[in-house]
Amino acid sequence: MKVSLSWLKDYISIDMNIDDLADALTMAGLEVEYVSDRYSYLNSVVVGRVVEIETHPNADKLKLCHVDISNRIIPVVCGAPNVKKGILAPCALPGASFPNGTILEKCSIRGEVSEGMLCSAVELGLGANSSGIMELKENLIVGGKLHQALDMSDPVLEIDLTPNRPDCLSIIGTAREVAAFQKTKLTYPVISLPESDGDIADFTSVTILDPDLCPRYSARLVFDIKIAPSPFWLRDRLISLGLKPINNIVDITNFVMMETGQPLHAFDLDRLAKHKIVVRTAKKGETLTTIDQKQRLLSPEMLMICDGEKPVALAGIMGGLNSEIKQSTTRILLESAYFDPVCIRKTSKKTGLATDASHRFERGIDPNGTITALNRATQLIAEICGGNLIGSIIDEYPKPVPDKKITLSTGSTNRRLGAKLSQNDIKQYLSSIEFKVEKIDNDQLRVIPPSFRMDINSFEDLTEEIARLYGYNHIETTFPLIPAEAVRPSKKIDSRYRIKRLLVGLGFTETITYSFINKLSCDRLELKSDDPKRRIMNVLNPIAEDQSVLRTSLIPGILETMHYNITMQNKNLKLFEIGNVFFNTGKEDSQPDEVEMLAGLWTGKRRDDSWFSKGESCDFYDIKGAVEELLRNLRITNTKFTNMRREDCCYTKPGYTAQLFVGNKSIGLLGKVLPQALKNYALKQEAYIFELNADNLIELIPDIMSAKPLPKFPSTSRDVTLIVDKDIEAFNIIKSVEALNEDLIENLYLLDVYEGSPIPAGKKSISLRITYRSAFETLEDKMINSLQKDITGRLIKEFNAILPA
Amino acid sequence: MDKTIEQIKEEALKELEAASDSKKINDLSVRYLGRKGAVTQFLRTISNLPQKKRADAGKRANEIKKSLDKAFREALIQTEARSAAIEDSIDVSLPGRMVSHGSLHPITQITRQICDIFSRLGFAIVEGPEVETDYYNFEALNIPKNHPARDMQDTFYISQNVVLRTHTSPTQPRIMEKQEPPLRIIAPGKVYRCDSDLTHTPMFQQVEGLLVDRQVSFGDLKGILTTFIHQIFDDQTSLRFRPSFFPFTEPSAEIDIRCVICKGKGCRVCSQTGWLEIIGGGMVHPAVFKNVGYDTSIFTGFAFGMGIERIAMLKYGIDDIRKYYENDLKFLRQF
Repeated sequence: MKVSLSWLKDYISIDMNIDDLADALTMAGLEVEYVSDRYSYLNSVVVGRVVEIETHPNADKLKLCHVDISNRIIPVVCGAPNVKKGILAPCALPGASFPNGTILEKCSIRGEVSEGMLCSAVELGLGANSSGIMELKENLIVGGKLHQALDMSDPVLEIDLTPNRPDCLSIIGTAREVAAFQKTKLTYPVISLPESDGDIADFTSVTILDPDLCPRYSARLVFDIKIAPSPFWLRDRLISLGLKPINNIVDITNFVMMETGQPLHAFDLDRLAKHKIVVRTAKKGETLTTIDQKQRLLSPEMLMICDGEKPVALAGIMGGLNSEIKQSTTRILLESAYFDPVCIRKTSKKTGLATDASHRFERGIDPNGTITALNRATQLIAEICGGNLIGSIIDEYPKPVPDKKITLSTGSTNRRLGAKLSQNDIKQYLSSIEFKVEKIDNDQLRVIPPSFRMDINSFEDLTEEIARLYGYNHIETTFPLIPAEAVRPSKKIDSRYRIKRLLVGLGFTETITYSFINKLSCDRLELKSDDPKRRIMNVLNPIAEDQSVLRTSLIPGILETMHYNITMQNKNLKLFEIGNVFFNTGKEDSQPDEVEMLAGLWTGKRRDDSWFSKGESCDFYDIKGAVEELLRNLRITNTKFTNMRREDCCYTKPGYTAQLFVGNKSIGLLGKVLPQALKNYALKQEAYIFELNADNLIELIPDIMSAKPLPKFPSTSRDVTLIVDKDIEAFNIIKSVEALNEDLIENLYLLDVYEGSPIPAGKKSISLRITYRSAFETLEDKMINSLQKDITGRLIKEFNAILPA
Repeated sequence: MDKTIEQIKEEALKELEAASDSKKINDLSVRYLGRKGAVTQFLRTISNLPQKKRADAGKRANEIKKSLDKAFREALIQTEARSAAIEDSIDVSLPGRMVSHGSLHPITQITRQICDIFSRLGFAIVEGPEVETDYYNFEALNIPKNHPARDMQDTFYISQNVVLRTHTSPTQPRIMEKQEPPLRIIAPGKVYRCDSDLTHTPMFQQVEGLLVDRQVSFGDLKGILTTFIHQIFDDQTSLRFRPSFFPFTEPSAEIDIRCVICKGKGCRVCSQTGWLEIIGGGMVHPAVFKNVGYDTSIFTGFAFGMGIERIAMLKYGIDDIRKYYENDLKFLRQF
């Protein structure tokens, strides 16, 4: 909502400067976003002196003027009859914008260059005279900026109103707030109606068929008007708020709407069938062409203003072309109504048509303001457009909006606010914004909010009014009395942070990507048609195609992040993300299953190139090592990585994909990104990823940990090398030894894996180191050797292995 | 005679200072302390002194002998160590073998800081679903269908009654349905709005706070938020509370802080106002309590919410909100 200071001053005297006013409004809850000067466009208009006039070689009516603008003399083509050598006139320079929206450019008029424009008062929005250029007084300084030269200034406040304050969607509404914090009085416009003639009932009638949607409809008739452009002051007022003047009738209705907040509409009475108004909902299949020339298909919940036959306006939103005021209009019906806010909002949403009127109606205007606004407009029409007022007012008010009576306790108010206000303070604050206040007893007041305050319905609403008038900043800062209770931190939130810190320690950088991804993501990941990750949910109104579905995997986001970084020349990446994915449950209109996932990516070199690093690329075992270290740090034991079945792999390469089990539960996978998937993301370098179910992972983190006693006796290690078939998984050999459950085996790890000469083709050698230790004695070699022999023998048998020659 | 031994000492130390290698130091040692050395010679002369002075002079001469011996030996060790280093050394100016460490996303870090502050005040951290029902996102919060307040938040819809939550406020009714007052919670999380430009990303993060008890006042909200702001920024940061509107609080307030960039002088970040809008909050609207079955005659409470990106921007001097979700490593590695 724009409010110009000069218009505001029509209703209230304001002593403070504009910055203080803006600040006071903001602190009263009417946030002033910015203040601009409506004449700032005159910045590019200067005082020019016409120093020479030549005839235009190619046009009789045009003259070629040389205009002194102080720093130089510019050629200006001018067609004004009053241009004379030696006069001072406003000269707009290229880049100047005019109130009608045009921007001046340097141009050539009929072959002659014009570097500026000598302007009339109308063109500059400074007056009504359009007969010629504006002659300026001799005492002005040539080259000076026009708004300074003429001392033109009118600050315009841009107020960002919250939806609960439709009463401030008008100049008077804003003035009312100023009056409250200034503690001064507001001067309402004095309305005196012209004498009227005849009986309105002889000419028209208003019938409300749906009083729930139209509780009140007031109307007047004015005959013998003359449609013409509005006088300068009226156009100027509208322009100051950014409205476009149309003709005197329309301008008056807009003026009154801006002044009072009550939208009005004028119909051409002679274009209304049977000269009557019927307010009803639309019939199925009905259409209406609104004044913006668009045909609208109407639906039965839309409220229409109709004549004796057909719809003539979309109630509260926009008039119909078929009843619009035309140049030839002489008899008008003026509408001032109160419509149901929800109905107007629904229709506005459905038609996609939002207007200054609908903006006010859907927020709720003053049901008791229809008559004042109607009379104000009638008065102005009589003054400006001539015409005769016919009879009295029609005021159909089948559903009176009742007054609200609210009981307000001083004690409760102070307790809610933490203030120490007296009953009298409260009474004064509320009275200052036109609330009726009566004392019930020493604590309670009966408060009746004015009808324009549709937002005030309860005691709590009143406390806000009191608080904002008292000033939020005057309320003492206190602290709640809270019990010294400690809350147990949530395991999920704590563990998530722990996982993040561990991964950071392992060299991974945390990323956060959008929860919505491209709808082609499933295809790009090469998911099979029955993959559960295809159970996606669509966003009905996405901003962009690439953000149109909710993710079921973190991998698309992480691959896109990889792509972005490579284009940004970051080629060695270790990234991770923790976030929710969303699975469609298949149930209609219901929430998805949200699952928290953890994904990581490692691509490029294991280490950045340096004097100590040969720049080796990372591989499967790098990312696996990171996952193992994460699990170890989280103290998750009983883990198993198995080769993922070829048919279960999707975006990772079969043979290079491990499935992670904890016990028998699959937690996720890790592996090399499928070359086709890389291609789908326009990626040219290999990448390794992991994707784990974070919810499951967190559940598996043990809550307690107990330290083991340190060994008292020395350990002894023995190595064994076996030659086995290439496809035997090393993990199974280790598991087989572990399965012996031999107390004396303290540790077991893989020393070496080797393929190639002299190992026969199709075979590999695997070396294990087994560490033995007893908790009770120093082990003798004899005993260890015998144990080692047993184990070796068992492995040879189980894996069909041979010992190296 | 005393004079002479002091002179010997002085000369010896002077020569030692000039001695550049171990051979010279060894020679000096022999020259002064050896069998025919100056100090030894001097000791021999002590017997010639009168009985009375003998003990003192002997004591003094032996002290000097010991100190010179120590000085020669230390000099020798130092000199040898120096020459050894010249023979066997590394270029210590080479960069160390990198132990690479990643970094936490700045939003994670700020969220953690915010939650830590409220945790210290006894607030429990809770979370709610990101895809919400219309009921929890709007209706339970006193935002009925077809209310202009819905325009305050551009909503992404999944289906008629399922939305991407537009704020973290749905955690309020969710927790209140499960738990009786007194209640102190803080709820961080992702939220979504159909808005994307220089200052908006369609996904961003908020922290919601809620405190319900008997006798909670608007003044208490001021107290908690003032404490919070002083903790997250500094004690000098001033705040102002101004009236605003949220359907689920009454009275409602916007909380501005003095611009941390220009300290209130006016700059681009604060649009020349000197103030930055940072938190929205207020006293919980009775309609919200009624929806969850709290007795409004007994309980009052306050709620507030803030955007994490904005706080992170101010703390780290980040000027473009989109940077958070582009995930450029050069950006992320700074935190």
